[in-house]
Amino acid sequence: MYVEALVKILYLVGALGIVWGLKYLSSPDTARKGNIVASIGMGLAIITSIFDPIENSYPNYLWIFVGIILGGIIGWYMAKKVQMTEMPQLVSLFNGFGGASAMILAIIELYGIKDAVMELGSGLILISTLIIGAVSFTGSVLAYLKLDGKVEDKNVTFRGHNTFNNIFFIVIMAFSGYCLIAGEGNYEWLGWVIMILSMIYGFSFVAPIGGADMPVVISLLNSLTGVSAATAGILFGSQIMLIGGILVGAAGIILTVMMCNAMNRSLWNVLLGNFGGTAASNASGVAGVYKEISANELAIQLYYAQRVMIVPGYGLAVSQAQKTCQELDAMLSKNNVEVFYAIHPVAGRMPGHMNVLLAEANVSYDKLLDLDDSNDKLKGTNVAIVVGANDVVNPSAKTDPGSPIYGMPILDVLDADTVIVLKRSMKPGYAGIENPLFFESKTKMLFGDAKDSLNKLVQEIKALG
Amino acid sequence: MEQVAIFINENVTLIYLLVFMVILGFQIISNVPTILHTPLMSGANAVSGIVIIGGILLLRKTNPEDIFTIIVGVIAIILGMINVMGGFYVTNRMLSMFKKKK
Repeated sequence: MYVEALVKILYLVGALGIVWGLKYLSSPDTARKGNIVASIGMGLAIITSIFDPIENSYPNYLWIFVGIILGGIIGWYMAKKVQMTEMPQLVSLFNGFGGASAMILAIIELYGIKDAVMELGSGLILISTLIIGAVSFTGSVLAYLKLDGKVEDKNVTFRGHNTFNNIFFIVIMAFSGYCLIAGEGNYEWLGWVIMILSMIYGFSFVAPIGGADMPVVISLLNSLTGVSAATAGILFGSQIMLIGGILVGAAGIILTVMMCNAMNRSLWNVLLGNFGGTAASNASGVAGVYKEISANELAIQLYYAQRVMIVPGYGLAVSQAQKTCQELDAMLSKNNVEVFYAIHPVAGRMPGHMNVLLAEANVSYDKLLDLDDSNDKLKGTNVAIVVGANDVVNPSAKTDPGSPIYGMPILDVLDADTVIVLKRSMKPGYAGIENPLFFESKTKMLFGDAKDSLNKLVQEIKALG
Repeated sequence: MEQVAIFINENVTLIYLLVFMVILGFQIISNVPTILHTPLMSGANAVSGIVIIGGILLLRKTNPEDIFTIIVGVIAIILGMINVMGGFYVTNRMLSMFKKKK
């Protein structure tokens, strides 16, 4: 009796650790502590579950420890080895593993029912766990493959993909309904069918969603894994699983909504992929004359500027230019130039992607401004340098109702005296939308790889100083 | 309908917990600065690895002769643990990079 009570208290402490940890994680000063608190809470919960005195238990401890140690080593190794630029992929992959774990638990439970009759309530929970786990598993794996450049968007989509997905979803629901209501005696094969269909659906559901929408998809998948952990918790009668899972589910949904708001689009609109390939091309007539600038000229401008705003985008990550960016920043700061970074919420491929990259390069985080602060500071900025960003600085979001990104809040770089765009060539950005910014009288282009261009700038400024 | 009613009656505590945790989750996360989006996401991601407890409970209830369930359960534990360990470790790595310098 006392042991049972102790176990319950330990679970409670573990849950508190997780809740508290997440709370701390949401503020910069306490974030690191938060992560540690959450991991201790989690560790405590895991240990408690191993020694929880449950009825009719078998001493399979060896198996449990093998699983924990193997998983721990693999996870530790993967997290240690990863480059910061590969962070979005890794987070997706980890997320997929969580989903797969929930999916496996659900299918085993379904198997365990055998000839008994499934109750409607618990059956619903079971099948939800199975479907959500499977979708988040394969969806995350595809997100990982896409982010890692192993799979290209255009190779996994086809005409009418969304219609196909919707029909597919209805088929899964039909099987689930049948399994729930009349599946008696057939649970085993129905379970496998639902699982495999859901896995295909997860893949197919992420397939048409393009690169610029990746932050939304990743946080949504994150949320789904949380929900699957929570429903699995109901299945196993474990409050701590429910608590942890629901917290993650809720957090993920909030983050997803924040990402959608940052693009002024509904979640529905993102999921149906109206962006990427299917974008209307009625804004394509804006071709015009653009001006180039040499690294030398730009270096002089920067050297004598009072305030410089750097606007990073996915291109910064691609060319791994974050360190060079920081060098330029340091060089200018030494010369009493104010340097800030304007971070759009959906710049990059996951929420907060740019912040992580710049932090890796040792940029102080109080220089990283969010959308509103950036726009305030852009008034009175002498030079705004756009490094590998495109859609987040596209003025047609404000001016052209026909543009697919119309209504999306953007960084108003045109408020600066001069706008410099570092770009490989005049090719449109990811979404394939022309950017009239390039043809503005204030704008000058500096062509080349972002890292090379920044390097040249650093050298030129060194020569000046 | 009868079954639904039975389910609600038997699991009322879980339902309460569910509702309050959703509210708490929203409360905790709203107003997160952009800088913490990634660490928060990956930290939350690590927490979703809590599903590993399901794997542990499953294994503890499985007869060792049922080797299929044992192996599949171990796989579930491994996957969950990768999620937990990798998630927290990578979050820590990220957070240790965030510095404020004057």
